[in-house]
Amino acid sequence: MLELKNLNVALEGETFIDDFSFVAEPGRIYVLIGRTGAGKTSLMRAIAGLLPLDSGSIYFRGNDITHTPVWKRDAAMVYQQFINYPNKSVRENVEFPLRKLGLSVEERAGRVDTYLDKVGLTEFQKRRPSQLSGGQQQRVALARSLARESSILMLDEPLMNLDFKLREQLREEFLELFSGKADSVTIYATTEITEAMMLGYELVVMHEGKALQVGRPAEVFERPKNTFVAQVVSDPPMTILPVKVQGSSVIFGSGHSADVPPHLGSLGEGSYDLGVRAIDIVPASEGPGVESGLIGFVEVSGSETVLYVTSESGDLVLQIEGIHDYSAGERLSFHLRTDRCFVFDKGGALLGAPGMGMK
Amino acid sequence: MILKRILISFFVVLWSVFVMLPLLWAAVTSFKPPEAVNFGATYIPFLQFSPELTGWKNIFGGGGATTNLVPPLFNSVVITFGAAAISLVLGTITSYGLSRFRYKAGFIKNQDIVFFFISQRIMPPIVLSFPFFLMLRNLGLLDTRSGLILVSIAGLLPIVVWLMVDFFNGIPKELDEMAMLEGYNPFEVFGRVILPLMAPGLTVAGMFAVIFGWNDFFYPLVLTFGQVVTLPVAIVSLNATVTPYWTLSAAAIFAILPLIAFAFAIERFLSKGSLSGAVR
Repeated sequence: MLELKNLNVALEGETFIDDFSFVAEPGRIYVLIGRTGAGKTSLMRAIAGLLPLDSGSIYFRGNDITHTPVWKRDAAMVYQQFINYPNKSVRENVEFPLRKLGLSVEERAGRVDTYLDKVGLTEFQKRRPSQLSGGQQQRVALARSLARESSILMLDEPLMNLDFKLREQLREEFLELFSGKADSVTIYATTEITEAMMLGYELVVMHEGKALQVGRPAEVFERPKNTFVAQVVSDPPMTILPVKVQGSSVIFGSGHSADVPPHLGSLGEGSYDLGVRAIDIVPASEGPGVESGLIGFVEVSGSETVLYVTSESGDLVLQIEGIHDYSAGERLSFHLRTDRCFVFDKGGALLGAPGMGMK
Repeated sequence: MILKRILISFFVVLWSVFVMLPLLWAAVTSFKPPEAVNFGATYIPFLQFSPELTGWKNIFGGGGATTNLVPPLFNSVVITFGAAAISLVLGTITSYGLSRFRYKAGFIKNQDIVFFFISQRIMPPIVLSFPFFLMLRNLGLLDTRSGLILVSIAGLLPIVVWLMVDFFNGIPKELDEMAMLEGYNPFEVFGRVILPLMAPGLTVAGMFAVIFGWNDFFYPLVLTFGQVVTLPVAIVSLNATVTPYWTLSAAAIFAILPLIAFAFAIERFLSKGSLSGAVR
């Protein structure tokens, strides 16, 4: 078990980790998710011992390792840039960390073979890292970190510098690579919710060095604690619209109104922020409850179209399945599925969510 | 395209001639008899003059000459390579520290310390000669090889540090961290990971240190009185009322031969330890 207690790190007046506490069980993958600069890398470096703590303590298997030097911590790390020893062959790269483990020559060779095979680099083992493609270089770094079979394995956005196809492929391989490591803690940092949902046993949503929410992926996704978490775990980002509740009506900025949906039934009168996921805003033809806005930007990915729309109620993001021929500047009519809405108070805290009702 | 290649070749040849001609001229002159120098210019051996070894004999104490360049050569080798080696060891450690750790004392930071090192070279040697003289006298090291090695280190260390800090900065810090995470303590990281990648830096710094040390004339002149004579000092003392060009030429060639051999020997390390593939 890895236990972080009230970690604090600040450098030159800037806070990197802010009173961070967390417990990680062995055999599981924990995903740190947050935007760039949220403190994910700093946290990993602190756990590894590369970033000195201002206060707080780190326990591993019951031992206080707060002041244990880096080289005695038994933590491995994969960086987002691929780091390899440039003067060593692929095989020597993977073997180098094993030299410190007191293994026999045969054991060492056996382990190198195993991990080279796992990352699919057996045939490239005599090459230098510079003679490999980016994806292969990252695999060398990965094999080197895995081969040591450290008790704490940390991966800092390891797929960030890779192309889309390779990312998908490696993501699937990761599940296989990390599973079956029953006595080690795996911590994985990413900015992508897809990756987080796929790999994580538990998600830690980070912002400005703090853990905003910790929980199982479905829980975080369905009940984001506040608007910030909701934005981070929704891709495309969740639309947040200021609304007023009067009697049994929700009144939007445009003056349109809708009935308060059943799951938000007990909402009192006042001002709120309504959160709507991109898939819950659907294009519609004119009619009651239908608003319109100007398309500002169209994003077409492999199988869906994402529209960024400005309306009188606020800025919205729509996601429509399939590829559609919309263009910027066009007027679009849409309908908000209020039965799928989240409601937050003006401070950003979650008050109600679909399937949960009111807090 | 072709014109460009012709132009490039032309300038390369021109530059080579510019560099090689003085050497060639010295080499030819070293085999000339005095008459071939003193009575009009001659250029082509065997045609315009018959080569002989007067100059070469003179520098080895032959033909009645009083000077033998072999002991000065030995002194120069010991002092230059001794000082260069010590400077490289100290300079490498210093520059690794300056590259990897942050030092701060008031407004003084790492770059200031590096500049402080190189600023030692700004001072004219004459300014330092007096304090050096007193220091060596008090230490009983005047007119000794150890004394000259000490003084030489003071001059070489700034160059080595200045050059090496840049090379160390070129090696990503993440490599150090990676190796530490893999169980290597900071000393092992330095010795087993970083130093092997420093081959080009060590080579460049080593070459500079040896060249500067080898050609140093001023300090050996003022800090010795005849017990320890280095090559540059010995060569100057070959001069006489009638300048013996043949002897001086032979001495010049003789003095640069060890440097050329050294350069050829370590040149191949320049390409070793390429950093490509370390971090992407």
